[in-house]
Amino acid sequence: METLTKIFSLSLILASFRFATPLILAALGGIFSERSGVVNIALEGMMLFGAFAAVYGSASTGNPWIGVLYSMIAGLSFAAILALVCVTFKANQIVVATGINIFASGITIFLLQVLFGVKGTSPMVNRLPAFRIFDVRFNPITYIALILVPVAWFILFKTHWGLRIRSVGEHPAAADTLGINVNKLRFISVLISGVLAGLAGAHLSIGDGSAFVREMSAGRGFIALAAMIFGKWHPFGAFGAAMLFGFAEAVAVRVDFAFIPSELISAIPYVLTLVVLAGFFGKSTPPAASGEPYYKGEK
Amino acid sequence: MNKYSDKIKSVLTDLGLSLLSIIVALIVGTLFIYLTDKSPLDAYSALYIGAFGSFRAIVNTLWRSTPLILTGLAVALPFRAGLFNIGAEGQLLMGGFTAGIVGFYFTSLPTIIHLPFAIIAGMFVAGLWGGLPGVLKAKLDVHEVIATIMLNYIAMALTINYGINLFKETGRPATPRIMKSAAMFNFNNMNKYPFLKDLPLSDLFSQPAIRLHLNFFLAVIAAVILWYLLFKTTLGYELRAVGFNPDGAEYGGIKASKSIITVMFISGAVAGLAGVGEVLGTHFSFMQGMDAGYGFTGIAVALIGQTHPIGVILGGLLFGALAQGGLEMQFSGIPSEIVMLIQALVIFFVAALQVFKVYLAKRKAKGGVE
Repeated sequence: METLTKIFSLSLILASFRFATPLILAALGGIFSERSGVVNIALEGMMLFGAFAAVYGSASTGNPWIGVLYSMIAGLSFAAILALVCVTFKANQIVVATGINIFASGITIFLLQVLFGVKGTSPMVNRLPAFRIFDVRFNPITYIALILVPVAWFILFKTHWGLRIRSVGEHPAAADTLGINVNKLRFISVLISGVLAGLAGAHLSIGDGSAFVREMSAGRGFIALAAMIFGKWHPFGAFGAAMLFGFAEAVAVRVDFAFIPSELISAIPYVLTLVVLAGFFGKSTPPAASGEPYYKGEK
Repeated sequence: MNKYSDKIKSVLTDLGLSLLSIIVALIVGTLFIYLTDKSPLDAYSALYIGAFGSFRAIVNTLWRSTPLILTGLAVALPFRAGLFNIGAEGQLLMGGFTAGIVGFYFTSLPTIIHLPFAIIAGMFVAGLWGGLPGVLKAKLDVHEVIATIMLNYIAMALTINYGINLFKETGRPATPRIMKSAAMFNFNNMNKYPFLKDLPLSDLFSQPAIRLHLNFFLAVIAAVILWYLLFKTTLGYELRAVGFNPDGAEYGGIKASKSIITVMFISGAVAGLAGVGEVLGTHFSFMQGMDAGYGFTGIAVALIGQTHPIGVILGGLLFGALAQGGLEMQFSGIPSEIVMLIQALVIFFVAALQVFKVYLAKRKAKGGVE
């Protein structure tokens, strides 16, 4: 009983929002990219590089908002590589994204040494201001993430532009015959995913904390991918999934269970995603052309 | 006659593309070295000396390449069947953890039983871990990339977070030390065996800090077996057919689903052997951090080896040399993360140049028609 009240305490639910923030942002990014037909498993690396760039921006200017800007540019730059190599030059999306993830791990630790002269954790920098609701700190990025959920939904499902993005992800050849520039739309969608993943990184380093720690994304880019799939490539669905996963993380951090070891709670998002993909909760189908490069003039 | 010359041509093209990617990656790598205020020439010569500068360096390069050859094979084999195994990391962890448990749990078995038992148990569990996404793909159409990513993290939670915590009393983030009877033969101990000590190199191998152990040879044997399987057996033919054109293969009477499950099981077992070797040959217990991203580096190894088992051995040796030489670079004040950056760059350039190859082939095909 005591455990139950702890689980459903207000502060825990509020904490879930905090844990869910990077998942919401990166999952929205993943939705844009995959809806346009590009699998983005580099969200993890973009988030990590964004987290580093945010700390660097805050450290070099003293202004954490510049850090936020840097994080988005960092995510954007990795996304530009992914888009250039995979959309323009049609290389294998999974391969290149894996390269980006490895590169992100290496470059952040490398730059920690070159720019800050340390190996594991950066010096403390100015963090974003926080707004307290009860005893939980909310930084502005959490609010941004919550606002972006309906915005993303509106763009993808209520505008012509969103319809085009979805059409190039479902049937690029058909979209092409209607005069839609498939690769341009994919390029832009991947860039959007990079900006959002970078912003998610800023939340980790200067929103929730005030320093960069090596490998601090710790798989959240992949949990975001899981949230995207769990939410069936829909912004509101992904938001729900991200909240569920954020809640699981909050519970794992705060509550001791006698019956489930807390180390295993961290695996719940991954197990749930497999269960969903296997079709136990109704079929979860990715956009039809997701992962396929588009060659003009081929069926 | 013509067929052979074409084959040689294609092998040379592959080799050329791989070499070109490495060279371009090393050149771009110099930009990062400049950021550290060191000379790239010094950095690369430290890298070379660290990897090949002495007998010990060469032998330890072989040691470091061992898990990379195996994870490279674990990525390369399914790639031939059109599957992308991103799960070598998780499979490696499951294999290593199982071997670690078997290695310390049985206290009174002779080596001849204990060691093979630990190896096979580790490979089997890892095989199941790899086979699961195979089943999900074949039966429920779950994309193997997503499934293997998820299974990586589940494996981490099971082994590193939960598994190691079961043994808190050891006082370090590891399972208890394995029994001597489960340890792999280490070349450093050659002098202690009656026949081996008379072999020509035994003195050189007895110098301190030689780490090479049995698993390197198991890795090479695995590569040769997989080469045979892929190119000389019906199963291998079916795998390649499925990879080339799944629908066509099905039409031609090949059961794609069975091939997918089989190849993923084998691939998982091979990745598992990488973990088994790290536990039974290198660390003597399953410990946090022992996976060192080998599963992901394996992707680079497979690509640079053009997903050919023999190419993968060469790719593994290259990346083993980078890892071993990176240490020497670290001693001369250059962050060894340069090595990670070079690995990532190699992946980019192999992927990009592959496109170039496809483009050339297409142009050639078009030229034939016009």
